[in-house]
Amino acid sequence: MIRLEGISFAYDPAHPVLDQVDFTLSAGERVALNGPNGAGKTTLLHLMVGLVRPRKGRVVAFGRERRTETDFVEVRSRAGLLFQDADDQLFCPTVAEDVAFGPLNQGKSRAEARAIVRQTLADLGLESLENRVTHKLSGGQRRLVSLAAVLAMRPEALLLDEPTNALDEATRARLLDILAGLPLAMVVVSHDREVLDRLATRSAWLEGGRLG
Amino acid sequence: MSPAASRDGGFDSASAGRPLMARLDPRTRVVLALAFSLTVVAVEHLAALVLALAAALVLAVLARLPWAATLRRMLALEGFMLVVLALLPFTVPGRMVAEPLGFAVSAEGLTQAAAIALRANAVAVALLALLGSMELVSLGRALGRLGAPERLVHLFLFTVRYVAVLDGEYRRLRLAMRARAFRPAAGPHCWRSVGYLFGMLMVRSLERAERIDAAMRCRGFTGRFHSLEDEAADRPGILDWGFGAASTAALALVAGLGLS
Repeated sequence: MIRLEGISFAYDPAHPVLDQVDFTLSAGERVALNGPNGAGKTTLLHLMVGLVRPRKGRVVAFGRERRTETDFVEVRSRAGLLFQDADDQLFCPTVAEDVAFGPLNQGKSRAEARAIVRQTLADLGLESLENRVTHKLSGGQRRLVSLAAVLAMRPEALLLDEPTNALDEATRARLLDILAGLPLAMVVVSHDREVLDRLATRSAWLEGGRLG
Repeated sequence: MSPAASRDGGFDSASAGRPLMARLDPRTRVVLALAFSLTVVAVEHLAALVLALAAALVLAVLARLPWAATLRRMLALEGFMLVVLALLPFTVPGRMVAEPLGFAVSAEGLTQAAAIALRANAVAVALLALLGSMELVSLGRALGRLGAPERLVHLFLFTVRYVAVLDGEYRRLRLAMRARAFRPAAGPHCWRSVGYLFGMLMVRSLERAERIDAAMRCRGFTGRFHSLEDEAADRPGILDWGFGAASTAALALVAGLGLS
């Protein structure tokens, strides 16, 4: 689905983050991506959807090489990225509007978007939150709603950046159940042992700019 | 979202037993607040201002403002105005009515002080009743639908959304400083540390803005906001027209009294 070929990347030329990295996410695969803090795990996810561009190497996603911002617009709607901090993701006043934001950007009509919102929230058991104000949600609710917002775009792959971080035990278990039940290809960045054991079909280790 | 829910002044409040004010279209409230403020600023006569204050109190009752909290807010305003009001009778030249301790008190000064006090209180009470009891998000939307520039409305809504997040970051940084025995005192160390605090806050806000932008692009944002609201279907109802008519009549009376 997504392939990184010989990717090198640095935010600052003196400190390269990734050095000649190759990575492939295939359909049906759930890859656990791990490594020490600051190894570039988040950067790798961001490269896959074009939020940052490599200095060297190619990004091939859904059958085409992607270079420009316009190329990546389509990639982002087919590979949903869940951010580490849900506050970054939920910017609309209400939950319904936030979940509808992606579908509306994809060109869905209001009626379709509203139906998708209902369906997605119902799938995750979040119906009761539909008209709530996003900044008044609890941390766990925020995480689940931001996942709903990503799933509402009907992606084919999910890129999850520390999804279980700072969640209480109950919410964490609920999130894991949801993720385990999704038939999507995934890359999961996590230090959480159980996430790796329960979800991953294979794992990758990123350290010193290299994948192992 | 159903029209009833979007009409609702607060997204979290139940729809049963809500005060009249909350059942009005937010746009009605914004227009009325503007009309009320402009009228009250324009009129001069004390009688008209007394009437305006009475009208504002009626609005407060209709909005079921909590008395204690409202009084506390009003006291803050009175405290601010007290100095000005106390000085005016002595500083405005005019017909002398009294001379306590050798300082001349003018009738014009007294009238002006009374007019300012009435005007400020009338506007403050009316704004608290009309806008203060409204969810900020509803206010932003109402402004947008009344034709306020889209960019400003989005700026307003983003501010509403993130002011709490930034405040949280500020508090965490402050707490971290206090945890390391920082105490504000006059001196270069304190000034430098507070400078770092605000510098760090700016940097974090900027980074946060970049992450929000990235998250928005991840969900297909290309510079245009699409609304989920079906705005054409959500028109002002009988209640809004009735309330608007009654208010117009009251404001006409205030204006008639005040400008004649």
